[in-house]
Amino acid sequence: MTTADTKQSTSLREQIRKALSSQRQPTVTVLSSLLAVQDSIHYLPDEAIKETANFCGSTTNEVWSVASFYTNFRFTPPGEKTLDICWGPSCHILGAQQILNAVHREIGLTEEGESPDGKVTLKYNTCLGACAQGPCIAIDHHLIGKQTPESAARIVRELRG
Amino acid sequence: MATPFEELQASASKRWTELTTGENAWIRVGGGTSGQAVGADRVFDAFTVAVESSGAKARVSMVSALGLMYLEPMVDVLMPNGTRIYYGNVKPDEVEDIVDRHVKNGRPLLDRAFAYSGGDGSTTGDLQPLESMPMVALQQRIATRNFGDTDPLDLLQYIANGGYAALNRALTEMTPEQIVEEVKAAGLRGRGGAAFPAGLKWSFLAPSTAPVKYVLCNCEEGDPGAFNDKGIIENDPHTLVEGLIINGYATRSTHGYIFIRQGHEIPINAARKAIEAAYEAGLLGKNILGTDFSFEMEVSLTGDSYVAGEETALMEAIEGKRSTPRFKPPFPAAAGLWQKPTNINNVKTLAYVPELVRNGSAWFKSIGTETTSGTAIVCLSGHIKYPGMYEVPMGMTIRDVLEKIGGGVSEGERIKVLQAGGPLNGLLGEDAFDTMIDFDAMSAAGASIGSGGIIVGNETTNVVDLLRTLIAFNQFESCGKCFPCRLGNTHMLEILDRMCQNKARSADLSLLQRVGTSMKAGSLCGHGQLGFNPIASALKYFGAEIDASIAGELELGGVFSDGTMILPSRTRP
Ligand SMILES: Cc1cc2nc3c(=O)[nH]c(=O)nc-3n(C[C@H](O)[C@H](O)[C@H](O)COP(=O)(O)O)c2cc1C
Ligand code: FES
Repeated sequence: MTTADTKQSTSLREQIRKALSSQRQPTVTVLSSLLAVQDSIHYLPDEAIKETANFCGSTTNEVWSVASFYTNFRFTPPGEKTLDICWGPSCHILGAQQILNAVHREIGLTEEGESPDGKVTLKYNTCLGACAQGPCIAIDHHLIGKQTPESAARIVRELRG
Repeated sequence: MATPFEELQASASKRWTELTTGENAWIRVGGGTSGQAVGADRVFDAFTVAVESSGAKARVSMVSALGLMYLEPMVDVLMPNGTRIYYGNVKPDEVEDIVDRHVKNGRPLLDRAFAYSGGDGSTTGDLQPLESMPMVALQQRIATRNFGDTDPLDLLQYIANGGYAALNRALTEMTPEQIVEEVKAAGLRGRGGAAFPAGLKWSFLAPSTAPVKYVLCNCEEGDPGAFNDKGIIENDPHTLVEGLIINGYATRSTHGYIFIRQGHEIPINAARKAIEAAYEAGLLGKNILGTDFSFEMEVSLTGDSYVAGEETALMEAIEGKRSTPRFKPPFPAAAGLWQKPTNINNVKTLAYVPELVRNGSAWFKSIGTETTSGTAIVCLSGHIKYPGMYEVPMGMTIRDVLEKIGGGVSEGERIKVLQAGGPLNGLLGEDAFDTMIDFDAMSAAGASIGSGGIIVGNETTNVVDLLRTLIAFNQFESCGKCFPCRLGNTHMLEILDRMCQNKARSADLSLLQRVGTSMKAGSLCGHGQLGFNPIASALKYFGAEIDASIAGELELGGVFSDGTMILPSRTRP
């Protein structure tokens, strides 16, 4: 480990600790702690698992079991923006597959993951909750409805600058 | 001396008078997840800027969504003459014009508006009254009564429209037992899927004298096609908060949790703000409204997991663990959250409670059908002309909802298939469209109101492909605890994938049925027990299409033509 690495991991650790201790709701649990950390640094590095275990008085094993269960958690840094594509049945019958195909072509991916330039993380979502405006996508949780393959591809291009 | 509630009411009515009378116009932009998905936030910003720069005498608010989602972004202008004029599908670049001509010069853009309400009709030309539109007229709005009118984040606007009067009545005039009896007499059945009588459920928890007891509100709402739970929370959070406090009082509980999936920022924020405001106003916390009843409430977020909506899995999630279901018994009323006595209800169930208590059980019972009183809050999406969220009395037929409210599909087309009540429920074909919306009638038709979502598919919809998507969802969302559910769904998905690619084997149908039987028998919770429902219902209504796919003669066209499917790469370990 270089000095820069150590420094970086110290500040990461500090950010994690801050996220853990600034939870405002009365009930603090392993799950609420992991959600707080991911909200703050957007993924769960090894340090997050260890710090959460310390903070909650639980074991890293227990914390892993929770982190690996909920599909919103991720363990590597995401791209600058996260693009969710809805594959729920409502969006599906309105053409979600075509939208995904267009996004895949534009990003150069064939599944979920990060664009090669690290700008966009692509995720699939089971229902974004605005089915009446389908097909839907979301950027960092902000929903955009009434998509077409062309509009979605344009959004990806804009995200990648 | 005025009681604490009378004082709140006085400030509320002052606030409402300020908003709705006087020389300022009130511009209300319908918000919510759906509205914002088509740019309501940008329209709101445009109005704010236009009013400020033009010096028009007007207030601009982001209010709740009326539910007519096909008209979003929707805006209405209440003029000092008492007339409200409604504009649909508003674009930011039209806003200046509306402010200039309508708000400043009193000349509404009649060719752009779709309806009016209130006033003497002198400025509204040929516009139709809002109440005469079938999608409004056919509704009976109880849980959604304030939609389109109030700012969900303003407690005083809720109180000004009758809010918290039921809680005040409950705390000052009724015993907990009386409330439980009222809810029983009203025939209120749970809206989370199982249709269990709410009053009866409350009566299991009420007698326990344990010092800590919990009431939980379930807003996991993982069913694709359903958005009414989040809809209620984001559009009128106080109706839920009030319902949950009354639930707490009726069962002598000490703590309430509103359980929501992470990532849905608008409803999460609304729930948190509503709870905060209720604490500040003395409607939560110690000695509520000056009585001896004390009650605490908070929001609990879950990670992404559909099974977290199952009641015992939900308790695991609030405790911060993996949301897998528990064995029953013990039932939640005996040992629930942290092994304490607990009650769980769906958002809609609780959102009816304030009006039920305010107007009495006889009133509630008079709405709907003999066995299912009250309303259904239907979410229409898919191939339907007027998608949206509509609260209709139980007993309306599915056909009336689709045609009179939803406007049917486009000209010359036919509705072929419905997915009603979420992926653990069924597909319905035309033979079922005359079924009444009522728990018993729907389950006899092999479907369920479930969460209230109705996804509409026109003739181009490939039923086998739609079925595959539902099973893919169930497979992806199995929590993995029971192997018949975990493996059964995977197995069914493989078979459906073969069927969609015209590669099915002749034994596949009986294999599907055997897998379904094992899942039903061998799973702890509804996720596995009900997982075969979509296939069973498809066999009932679309047998010919299933047979064709087994025979390798399925025709895939339109959006289904490439025979592929979206499936997330990540599954639960
Ligand atoms: C897999 C699964 C998921 C469920 N998801 C939800 C849900 O998202 N919301 C809900 O209210 N009930 C859900 N339920 C039903 C709950 O277990 C429970 O019956 C309900 O919350 C009780 O509320 P009610 O009596 O008011 O209907 C689910 C059940 C199962 C088996
Ligand atoms: S199914 Fe896509 S938003 Fe609900």
